[in-house]
Amino acid sequence: MFEEGSIISQLLVERLNYFIYVVLLLIGLWAMIAKNNLIKKLIGMSIFQTAIILFYVSIGVKEGATIPIYLPEHDPHGSHASAEHNDTTASGPQVLEASKVSGYTNPLPHVLMLTAIVVGVATLGLALSICLRIYRGYGTVEEDDLLLKLEQEDSQNSGGFKKRRPRRRPSSAKAASGATRAASSEKSKSEKTGQGNRRSRSKSPAKKSQSSPASEGKKPARRRPRSKKPKEGDS
Amino acid sequence: MSDPIVWIILFPLFGAVLCALAGPWSKTICYPVSVLSMVASVWASAKTLLQAIEASTHEVSYILGGWSLDLFPRGVGIEFRADILGGLITLVVTGVGLIVTLYSRLPVQRETPGKESMYYGLFLLQIAGLAGIALTGDAFNLYVLIEVAALTGYGLIALGSNRAAAATFNYVILGTIGASFYLLGVGYLYLKTGTLNMVGIREVIEANQMYDSPAMQVAFVLILLGILIKMAFFPFHAWLPNAYCHAPTSTSCLLAPLVTKVMIYVMIRMILTVFGVEFTFESTLWTEVMPWLVVVAIVCAAVMALAQREIKRMLAYLIVAEVGYMVGGVWIYNYYGLIGSIFHVISDACMTLCLFLGAGIILEKCKTTHFDGLRGLFARMPLTMIGFFIGGFSIIGLPPTCGFFSKWYLITGGMVSERWEYMVTLMFSTMVMVILFFRLIERMHLAVSESGQNLGKGHGDLGLTERQTRFDEAPLSMLIPLLLAASVVLIVGVYNQDIVDQIEIFLQPFDLPTGVHYE
Repeated sequence: MFEEGSIISQLLVERLNYFIYVVLLLIGLWAMIAKNNLIKKLIGMSIFQTAIILFYVSIGVKEGATIPIYLPEHDPHGSHASAEHNDTTASGPQVLEASKVSGYTNPLPHVLMLTAIVVGVATLGLALSICLRIYRGYGTVEEDDLLLKLEQEDSQNSGGFKKRRPRRRPSSAKAASGATRAASSEKSKSEKTGQGNRRSRSKSPAKKSQSSPASEGKKPARRRPRSKKPKEGDS
Repeated sequence: MSDPIVWIILFPLFGAVLCALAGPWSKTICYPVSVLSMVASVWASAKTLLQAIEASTHEVSYILGGWSLDLFPRGVGIEFRADILGGLITLVVTGVGLIVTLYSRLPVQRETPGKESMYYGLFLLQIAGLAGIALTGDAFNLYVLIEVAALTGYGLIALGSNRAAAATFNYVILGTIGASFYLLGVGYLYLKTGTLNMVGIREVIEANQMYDSPAMQVAFVLILLGILIKMAFFPFHAWLPNAYCHAPTSTSCLLAPLVTKVMIYVMIRMILTVFGVEFTFESTLWTEVMPWLVVVAIVCAAVMALAQREIKRMLAYLIVAEVGYMVGGVWIYNYYGLIGSIFHVISDACMTLCLFLGAGIILEKCKTTHFDGLRGLFARMPLTMIGFFIGGFSIIGLPPTCGFFSKWYLITGGMVSERWEYMVTLMFSTMVMVILFFRLIERMHLAVSESGQNLGKGHGDLGLTERQTRFDEAPLSMLIPLLLAASVVLIVGVYNQDIVDQIEIFLQPFDLPTGVHYE
């Protein structure tokens, strides 16, 4: 099963690092795309970035080599005279001879990954803070719920000019419309970014506040169903 | 000051730090600091471009940290290199940055009150990142700068409403996937070539004839995929419309003209400087596939733009369509197509800027960018509308504007290389844009009732009254940048030959086919 050159041997023995990195990469990608919870998406993002770090670090590895700090005792060939080292360490960066280089791992991928880790941390922190804002604004971090709420908000704010189809008024609407009227004045402050108002499509027609004939002539109030305004309540 | 190339980045960088540090004590300092650092940055990039044009090799090089190319041939140290292409793009980036900075005083105060210092800090960092992308000569440094630009971009968008934050989340996820793919591709490049310097990579590829190496093919696919995601090429555009249309006004004015265009620059840079023309167009199957993807992208984006009822959202889809133009111009593999592509990067940045500045003013004055709220705007704000529609005409491609000339080269490229599908798509998309903008003109100019009768009955409080059709121009701090941008669109159009001459000088060494390319 593990004969030299067979595909399994290549994957699991010779190139195990790369195999693991691809698996991790795909796990991360899958989580970012398929998961419903925003935090889980971010965990996926973290796994995704870590996989790339594993890949880079694997590039730099060399068998039997040591960390690339030039000290005589680290020199695996050992034979170089110490006098020679004294002047090389004193005068800053120099090109090592090929025979000395072979004893060290390649430092560059590691250095690159330090930067990539910093970038990853920054991205994660920023994404988490955006999640927090989403949670404060919409009261959820589940993508399904969030999309639903965004759709409602979009159709209320940005559309705004379609003819409303008259609808039978549910009995509870009167009480609700008074309360939403109060909320609407508060809401109008946050509607600075513009846009008219329009009835949203909604899954729960009973909760919609209906436009009464009396208020039709006046300035149409920005009515929102009570259940759809966690924004004011939470923040 | 002998090396203006580094000062291009340093001015906004230090300006950002100053804004972020000094902001909490004195909010009024941020705006002048930003304007000053942008003026200095524009000066530095203009000087760098002139240096690059005058130099015998047509490039300016600066190696950070005192390394030298002699000691470690193209291996160690980060190189900033401005050839003519890089210099032009840098000038566009800093110029757009300056205009948007001038414009941003009112919208920033109004939309993100109390956060001016943070806003301008991020704003200047964004410009530093974008200019850095155009200047760097190091593949990994490019990744870092892409992330600098992306992270500040996320912050700038999310500073807006909650809705903007929700839109940003998608952008974060997709942007990270894109940048990570790019990083992965750079890893493979490094694995095969042992260097990260762009010119160094191409030298190694050419010296060792690595055209058929599977690792190089993987690297190319990963990098291209990453860049396509970042530039919102059609199937990957999902993050763009929401992010740009819910962002604060000055954010969308800065990001919309620059981010996608700079990523197209990265693609051109990768193809020409890193992988080399021969590898890209002759060793991969992409030359056959990409033009058709472009066709799909342009048609879909144009149709989606047609379906929008809101200016900002429509413009966002227009950007997606324009990205298709430029990608197509590169991938039809033709001298004229590439000239068109590069010139279109420049002109598209100018005209998109114009349109978004105009849309920002409309949003400011009308509180809406929905089509039905725009009646009679010509009567109200003639100057704003002139500026806005100069951008619009440039997108359509009417002659005195720069959009005409870039589209001319793109279509010439399509014709010469006999990519008829690309040419027909360009024509189709032009028709769609004619419809889009003349529909807007019709609404803004003609749809006013004579007696000032309230047309908006039942449509909220946006119906026009007599008072609302009165002359009511935008504040000067917003109007002047818009007119400046509009005049840039015209000037770039009038002086198109000079710019194209420089692009031709840049493209000469690459030996691109000027006729039909047969295998």
